[in-house]
Amino acid sequence: MSARTAPVWLTAGVVPLVNVAVAFLAAGLVVALIGENPIEALGIMLRGALGSQYGLGYTLYYTTSFIFTGLAVAVAFHAGHFNIGGEGQALMGGLGAALVALSLPFLPWPLLLPLCVLGAAAAGAAWVFIPAYLQAYRGSHIVITTIMFNFLAATLLVYLLVGPMKMAGSMAPETARFVPGATLPLMNQMAAWFGLTITRTPLNLSFIFAILAAIFVWVLIWRTRLGYAIRTVGANPDAAVYAGISPARITVIALLISGGLAGLMATNEILGVQGRLINEFTAGAGFVGIAVALMGRGHPFGIVLAALLFGVLYQGGAELAFDKPKITREMIIVIQGFVILFAGALEMMFADRIAALYARLTGKVVAA
Amino acid sequence: MSEAFQIILLAVDSAIRLSVPLLFACLAGLYSERAGVVDIGLEGKMLIGAFAAGAVASLVPNPWLGLLAAVMASVLFALVHGFASISQRGNQIVSGVAINVLASGLTAILGNAWFGQGGRTPQLPSGARFNEITLPLAEAARSVPLVGEIYYQVISGHSVLVYIALGLVPLTWFLLYRTRWGLRLRAVGENPAAVDTAGLSVTRLRYSAVIMAGILCGFGGAYLAIAQSAGFITDMTAGKGFIALAALIFAKWRPLPALGACFLFGLLDAVALRIQGVSFPGIGQVPVQAIQALPYILTVVLLAGFIGKATPPKAVGVPYLKDRS
Repeated sequence: MSARTAPVWLTAGVVPLVNVAVAFLAAGLVVALIGENPIEALGIMLRGALGSQYGLGYTLYYTTSFIFTGLAVAVAFHAGHFNIGGEGQALMGGLGAALVALSLPFLPWPLLLPLCVLGAAAAGAAWVFIPAYLQAYRGSHIVITTIMFNFLAATLLVYLLVGPMKMAGSMAPETARFVPGATLPLMNQMAAWFGLTITRTPLNLSFIFAILAAIFVWVLIWRTRLGYAIRTVGANPDAAVYAGISPARITVIALLISGGLAGLMATNEILGVQGRLINEFTAGAGFVGIAVALMGRGHPFGIVLAALLFGVLYQGGAELAFDKPKITREMIIVIQGFVILFAGALEMMFADRIAALYARLTGKVVAA
Repeated sequence: MSEAFQIILLAVDSAIRLSVPLLFACLAGLYSERAGVVDIGLEGKMLIGAFAAGAVASLVPNPWLGLLAAVMASVLFALVHGFASISQRGNQIVSGVAINVLASGLTAILGNAWFGQGGRTPQLPSGARFNEITLPLAEAARSVPLVGEIYYQVISGHSVLVYIALGLVPLTWFLLYRTRWGLRLRAVGENPAAVDTAGLSVTRLRYSAVIMAGILCGFGGAYLAIAQSAGFITDMTAGKGFIALAALIFAKWRPLPALGACFLFGLLDAVALRIQGVSFPGIGQVPVQAIQALPYILTVVLLAGFIGKATPPKAVGVPYLKDRS
């Protein structure tokens, strides 16, 4: 029996939920293995992530980065490619934003800030251009080239931050602070403009950008000619050629959009929180993006939900590590790994069985 | 003996040490990918292997048991990858990413919970490690100019795993090109349907390759944790699995060139370590990062087809479905 002919709520709702539930079950086993109570751990996590304005602020701050990197992976997926280089593209996004902020500090903020955001997107897109071009026109596998470009980005950033771009007099690998006009307002500052008081957290304007980016991706993929071309190339490059679509061109365009989205992740961390360029600021967000995109099944709505779940995990995980020193923050990475395994590599493992169960329960014959 | 010659000997010696984990992982990837299963999980399998080796060797001070544990842990992960990519016909790249992420998280959290040293395993005594072996006559041969010096400095004085790694290169060549299993393995990576038609099990052949990759990654991990270092350190593979992948492409999926590629990348690593802060006449200081970046740049250039062409096995990454018409 095939799950493909089963109703949408089953294939796009129940099956992914079962996969994620199994991933969490596996993670719970790990918690039990190190001698802690998984249920109690879950409670601490949820309270820590959602139980206060402070926790919620941090949760949404993490969510912001994951929406960007998740969307980046998803756009490439729709074109049939696996952009594993979100990490490097996000690092370069930070570099792009920093170059604009540090070289044009004299501009008024209404001009400087948009330029910084554009700088982040442009640098992220630029970093994927060579892998994209090589994939499209020379057939070099993009997974390998983007892995290489991740390392190159990390090496380049270290070189710049201990060398040419290092702030004079500082020991840490970081640039000088940006002018205030190049940084995004925090959410609590924005709330204060409207007379509201909320707790100060790193949550900033880029959260709104992330939601806008999700809407942009939805419109792009399902409501534009380009999006149709991207999906066609992803589904069947040979058919695309007969439809007058150039798979090579669409591949490059889709990957540039993907890289730009990954680059925008830097708006959250660099323009929103740090106000300067630091080393390793992505902290694995590029890889979380893979889990988020798989869990959200490439749909922006699913991606926002999955990013929120990972936001909860990151903030709740920090609280958990504080309460239960045995469950360190790496627990989040374990959960992430299980999600990638069960919702990604093994996504069809339960699908057929669920479809069969559905057929038995409803008496409807689900065609094979 | 001139100073320049001594420097070269030392560089070659440290290049051998640094290239051994690459060689284990590279040969691991070679078996897997020649059989048609993409393996970007080399990094994760080596990491979990290194952790298992460090953990077991700290409990039972015997390096061979550490090695056995490393192989078992790595093969377990390899079987997960095999199950996902062969039996379930899942996406092999996604599965590889899952292996890497899981290994990175599990080693850190289990290490911290079991040993309470921030993810490290306890410092190992000398008896729990693979120590350096002085080959017969090394001391005596030292007095022979040139050859004796090379024998003493470069060839002798490594741990047994180094010699195993070097021995694996001709062995792999023999297995792949001179045995029936090797022929079938290569065939299953090029044209699985033909192998199936010949009445052989594609699944079984691919599993055997994936398990082989697991065993070798276990050796690589054990080398890192209980030969090169005295215990496991969080994320101690530090991207070596990916450099090995680059070396595999560089070697165009062939065993003898794999040795060359791994040695080249090991040498670059050794040079990067040595030139830190050294000023060269006419050039000034060469940034370490420039040398560290070279393996990645070379691989991209090679993949782009500018220096020769790297053609992967034809069926690599494609799950085999029997009833596809």
